[in-house]
Amino acid sequence: MAEKVMVKGNEAMAEAAVRAGCRLYFGYPITPQSEFTEYMARRMPQVNGVFLQSESEVAAVNMVYGAACTGNRVMTSTSSPGFSLMQEGVSYIAGAMLPAVFVNVVRGGPGLGDIQPAQSDYFQATKGGAHGDYHLIVLAPGSIQESVDLMEDAFRMADEYRMPVLILADGMLGQMMEPVEFPEFVKLEGINDHSAWALRGATGRNANKVTSFDIDPVNLEKMNMLIQEIYKRVRVREVRYEAIALEDAEYMLVGYGTMGRILGSVVKLARNKGIKVGLFRPITLWPFPYAELKKAAQGVKTILTVEMSTGQMVEDVRLAVEGSVPVEFYGRTGGMVPTPDEVLAELLKHV
Amino acid sequence: MIEATYKRPESLAKREFSYCPGCHHGIIHRLVAETIDELNIREKTLMVAPVGCSVFAYEFFDVDGTVAPHGRAPAVATGMKRSLPDRVVFTYQGDGDLAAIGTAEIIHAANRGEKITTIFVNNAIYGMTGGQMAPTTLLGMKTTTSPYGRKSETEGFPLHVSELLKETAGIIYLERVAVSSPQEVRKAKAAIKKAFTVQLRGLGFAMVEVLSTCPTNWGLSPVESIKWLNENMKKEYPLGVFVDKVGDLK
Amino acid sequence: MSKNFVKIDEERCKGCGLCINFCPKKVLSFSEKFNSKGYHPARQHDPDNCIGCGFCYMMCPDTAITVFKETAKV
Repeated sequence: MAEKVMVKGNEAMAEAAVRAGCRLYFGYPITPQSEFTEYMARRMPQVNGVFLQSESEVAAVNMVYGAACTGNRVMTSTSSPGFSLMQEGVSYIAGAMLPAVFVNVVRGGPGLGDIQPAQSDYFQATKGGAHGDYHLIVLAPGSIQESVDLMEDAFRMADEYRMPVLILADGMLGQMMEPVEFPEFVKLEGINDHSAWALRGATGRNANKVTSFDIDPVNLEKMNMLIQEIYKRVRVREVRYEAIALEDAEYMLVGYGTMGRILGSVVKLARNKGIKVGLFRPITLWPFPYAELKKAAQGVKTILTVEMSTGQMVEDVRLAVEGSVPVEFYGRTGGMVPTPDEVLAELLKHV
Repeated sequence: MIEATYKRPESLAKREFSYCPGCHHGIIHRLVAETIDELNIREKTLMVAPVGCSVFAYEFFDVDGTVAPHGRAPAVATGMKRSLPDRVVFTYQGDGDLAAIGTAEIIHAANRGEKITTIFVNNAIYGMTGGQMAPTTLLGMKTTTSPYGRKSETEGFPLHVSELLKETAGIIYLERVAVSSPQEVRKAKAAIKKAFTVQLRGLGFAMVEVLSTCPTNWGLSPVESIKWLNENMKKEYPLGVFVDKVGDLK
Repeated sequence: MSKNFVKIDEERCKGCGLCINFCPKKVLSFSEKFNSKGYHPARQHDPDNCIGCGFCYMMCPDTAITVFKETAKV
């Protein structure tokens, strides 16, 4: 019923966040996601929200921390080097059990890198780019529509589990334009009442404290175990993936995000050549669909994992199958995007 | 009939402070708490503690509070205030937190005229971590990381935070005080109260820099420390009003 | 006629000596005893000469001191 709008990925994700009830955005420009920040600068005043361009990504993540302390939906967006700067804040947000949404529009690295699409921040996102025993929920959309749909889930999960959620996009997704259907505006009344713990002023109650700090290791371990219990629940309830043509597959391609989408084309090309290949596309990178991937790989002769990196998710694929199936890897990095033909050529080497 | 003429303010938690004997944090905490009591804002105040000796400050005040990553309190406070503009938000920071790692955050919060209040405690040393050199350490002062005495050629000069910040347009009120005597304690209290009142009136950013002793890391008794502060720190960091765009606040 | 005196919480006191140093009437001094932290707490050895100025309260970093005023019923 909603109309389809032709929109750039960065702007689509920003609009989706507004529709998901986010009225607080703090961010800093960085290519290839600056349109996200700029869109929020125009859009937030229109919905009586708050936009503030911070002096750095370091400041942005701390403004997110502060606003998250008040229990309101808040987010920031950035790209790889900026997300590196935010790591300290991410650790504090995770340790203090605060809800917050992050978007990383990944670009070539390491270091200053370049501004083209990449997937070389997988380790940072899923294994922890910051200190301590913590996780982010990591969502990997493969299309602009999917990134819009996942945005509402991101805020819901952040609120429900009181943890940071990351949408791991890439420069391709951020910059390209596609027709998108936006969801209705989320009604926030009655959703996730954080008044028991949020910092809003101690009216008629004892003062609330939000902290990731406890100098007593007995207490700090307890805090950690509390958070681990939450992660257990997330692992049980929030795993997502897509399986394409896997029922009779002899070979399996594994890829996520933009790469997952390109692999969809490779499946078609390969099937046309008579190769029984399917695609397993993780959508949650954390929690990673280990059990689901292992099950889908039963009977498969070889798995080819393809990433826009030198090989990061492939380690989780190997972990998932526990040696039961050979796992091969193909990747391009530094902002290079593999074409369906070159992936097909690689696949044929293993057939 | 017996009445208490001076007693612990309500906005201070009942638990004991973990600060060293004679540390001025205790005095300054009390002045902030008295201010919160007198302005009747306890139920709408949010505070941001720093990393440093006063990392526990959010436990010592009976207001909603959090502790920020090192140096980031002004950014955290900005996030809180932008989310809930009608609450009173203050940061409490030491010289490492505010003048070393946090220089960007304090300058930009002041420059934006963020409607928050900052209490800056300057004792010219890093207390919590065991007495290292701070940006505000005086020349010639021996610390664990300037064991031969701070030299300008290699360690640079003491940083004058109030003098730097006064140039930011968003700052409405900025004063440097001390709490080295009962008379100074009264003046410091008035400055702190004015700084909070600036926020209540929605006028902009306000900060009070409070010169403080660190008996433990200066290697002096609490009373000797006050003497040293009076004779040395006040020369480097003169007390006074740096910015006052409000005049008399009644 | 009113008289003034202070009460010092011996367990909160850390024996820093600031109150003793700033008392204008010199009615405060260190106690001989130790508190549980090992400090000699301050005590008011001469309450009769206390003028209730509050200087001790103002300089105490630990809010260990409460200042009282007693007024006789008329």
